[in-house]
Amino acid sequence: MKPKHQRLVLALLALAGIAGAGILGASALRDEAAYFRTPAEVTAGKAETGEAMRLGGMVAAGSIARQADGVTIRFVATDGKASVPVEFTGIVPDLFAENSGMVADGRMRADGVFVADRILAKHDERYMPPQMGEMPKNMKLVPEE
Amino acid sequence: MIAELGLALLWMAAALACLSLVAGALFLRGGPKDLASLVRPASVAQGVLTAAAFGLLIALFVRSDMSVELVARNSHSLKPMLFKVAGAWGNHEGSMLLWLTILGLSGALVALFERRLREDTLVATLAAQAALSLGFFAFLLFSSNPFNRLPIAPPDGQGLNPLLQDPGLAFHPPTLYIGYVGLSVAFSFAVGALVTREIGPAFARAMRPWVLGSWIFLTLGITAGSYWAYYELGWGGWWFWDPVENVSLVPWLAGAALLHSVAVTATRNALRAWTVMLAVIGFSMSMVGTFIVRSGLLTSVHSFAVDPERGTFLLVLMAIYIGGALALFALRAGTVAEGKKFALLSREGSLVINNLLLTTILALVLLGTLYPIVAEAMGEKISVGPPYYNKVAGPLALILCLVMVAGPLLAWRRDDGKRLWSRLPPAVLAGALVLFGLVLFGGSVRILPLLGMTVAAVVAVASLAPLWGRNLRRTPLPTWGMVIAHFGVAVALAGMAAESAFIKERLVAAAPGETVKVDDFAVTFVGVRPIAGPNYTAIEGRLVATTGSGASFTLRPEARTFPGLMGGPPTETNEAALLTRPGGQLYAVLGQPVTSPDGTAERYQLRLWWKPLVWWIWLGGALIAIGAALSMLGRAQLLAMWRTHRSKKAQERFAP
Repeated sequence: MKPKHQRLVLALLALAGIAGAGILGASALRDEAAYFRTPAEVTAGKAETGEAMRLGGMVAAGSIARQADGVTIRFVATDGKASVPVEFTGIVPDLFAENSGMVADGRMRADGVFVADRILAKHDERYMPPQMGEMPKNMKLVPEE
Repeated sequence: MIAELGLALLWMAAALACLSLVAGALFLRGGPKDLASLVRPASVAQGVLTAAAFGLLIALFVRSDMSVELVARNSHSLKPMLFKVAGAWGNHEGSMLLWLTILGLSGALVALFERRLREDTLVATLAAQAALSLGFFAFLLFSSNPFNRLPIAPPDGQGLNPLLQDPGLAFHPPTLYIGYVGLSVAFSFAVGALVTREIGPAFARAMRPWVLGSWIFLTLGITAGSYWAYYELGWGGWWFWDPVENVSLVPWLAGAALLHSVAVTATRNALRAWTVMLAVIGFSMSMVGTFIVRSGLLTSVHSFAVDPERGTFLLVLMAIYIGGALALFALRAGTVAEGKKFALLSREGSLVINNLLLTTILALVLLGTLYPIVAEAMGEKISVGPPYYNKVAGPLALILCLVMVAGPLLAWRRDDGKRLWSRLPPAVLAGALVLFGLVLFGGSVRILPLLGMTVAAVVAVASLAPLWGRNLRRTPLPTWGMVIAHFGVAVALAGMAAESAFIKERLVAAAPGETVKVDDFAVTFVGVRPIAGPNYTAIEGRLVATTGSGASFTLRPEARTFPGLMGGPPTETNEAALLTRPGGQLYAVLGQPVTSPDGTAERYQLRLWWKPLVWWIWLGGALIAIGAALSMLGRAQLLAMWRTHRSKKAQERFAP
């Protein structure tokens, strides 16, 4: 192979690589990027069942109920306009409490319950988990009937 | 007095950086020759003064001088000494001063030890390094002064984030910073060589040890950070694809690409423009990382305090440096003479593919990290998590590993496929054995971990191939370094794949006396007791893990409570307990107490993981760093100088 051809092959290879990587990245982003949604958006039907998403809201007062196995909890996440029941199996963060903010990663189940894989809660004033920055600022504590 | 002295030292160091830059620039534009002799001592003095200022800041933390704002905000007189010292860089201002110290000391080291470069290129390099320092001095002095005094000293400080109160803080940030900022030397070398048009093997050979050196520290820093997150967060994971982790991975990938392409330039005088480009990209990625973490775009344990003014300042600095270097590159790239030719199937060819893959992974990781920030600016809230990264980086990394199998076995310039095939059978056999073993006996393993373990076996065997049939004592150090580093990649890959394929998890609420089975272990929850640490109280759980063969071990996970200082709320952290066994690690976390509905027996949440081969991940990281260190020792002038010195001595001794 002549050097000229070889350089052409290399350049084509690099171009193909870049194009392939671009397609790979774009398609993976479309499939895997999770939207941040509020309970109001979820009840409005924006969340498809089984789609990975992130739910942010306040834990409604009096809603935390521990199941008999001792490690599963159910609570209601609310943004003042709507509320969504959430189920989580695991150890909740230390500052997870009623009437305070939380962000959950997970997906909607067919029965309308949000199944969380991971829950983040507001830490102290200076240090917050990254995703808490995404909490809507104008959330109210009590759902409006 | 100490704070004022520290501030004065910083101003003097900034003035010296200014002097280096101006003298260097004047000399390069044809000014008097004497100017060049100013640059070296000025660079050394600048590094020493900055380091001294950093030493004074540590002294302020050690003395708990609460009249200094930074100490009052981040320290407490009751803190253990280690955390007082480490607290000096566990905050925004202190960490920026550490950044500048390393920037200055790197410049000083170049000024002291670099003898291979042409005089004018060295002056240009040091001037570029001084220009970098100057910008960050401006940032520190005008918007992040660490020595600021408070008008009235508070009785005591506000303490350090409990998550950061771990020996890891003493080690992880400085190591990572040395790696990050060490890449600035490669950046300055590239700028210097572009200015004087000295781009060739001599330049590449001079740059190589610096690239290797900073990459070693990056590797160690990332490995240590991964282990730290693993045991400190109590989530059981070793890599979360958190933006903060990603921005440390991106310069690492650039460094890995650079140290392979610089090898091509040094040995074969090819890929010259590409090597210079990568050297620019490497430190640019460090700056992008610092910007993302420090600007408050992301809020995390790493971002300390959010301040938009600082973010803008850093963005402008970054734009000047990266834009300037790229503009210089665009101006001069045409004049960089074309390098030596090579065939596609050759060592160079494989390294080109290695570089393409590494930069592609880099681009995709960067895309995933920046995409949510861009989407947020456009009004959409999106998070990009592990599924994205595993999907894009996993397959590419596996292909990269296969290239790594072939690369070291190929000859420079050109090679033929037959010769390569003749050296592969043992590696292919090892891979086939692992693949069949897993398919037959491994149960249902997902495709990526399955391929991961197979490729790891192939790489492990093939990485040793360059040593076959060689006199091991005569094998040069860089070859040893390459073999060990590549073997380390195989070890880490095997650990990652095995952990994700065979991990066992149990999550229960256990009453004292209850026994939980996880994999081969029978773990008995003995009970809890309250304990007190130096600045926290804790509930300590006691678990006795018994293996299948009857050996038993005690694990003591803790749930710690740090009192809220200055009226703040208390903070709680989980300290996981780890039991390391040859086959993996048992990981235990103590959760919250659970009261039964009838209010009688109190149970505790327990989370137990059996993680097979998980410690291979960090062993692999350490091996990669050791390999790179051997390679650097083999390339550095010091060893060569020591050898010639010794042989001269020997000759003198035996001379008649």
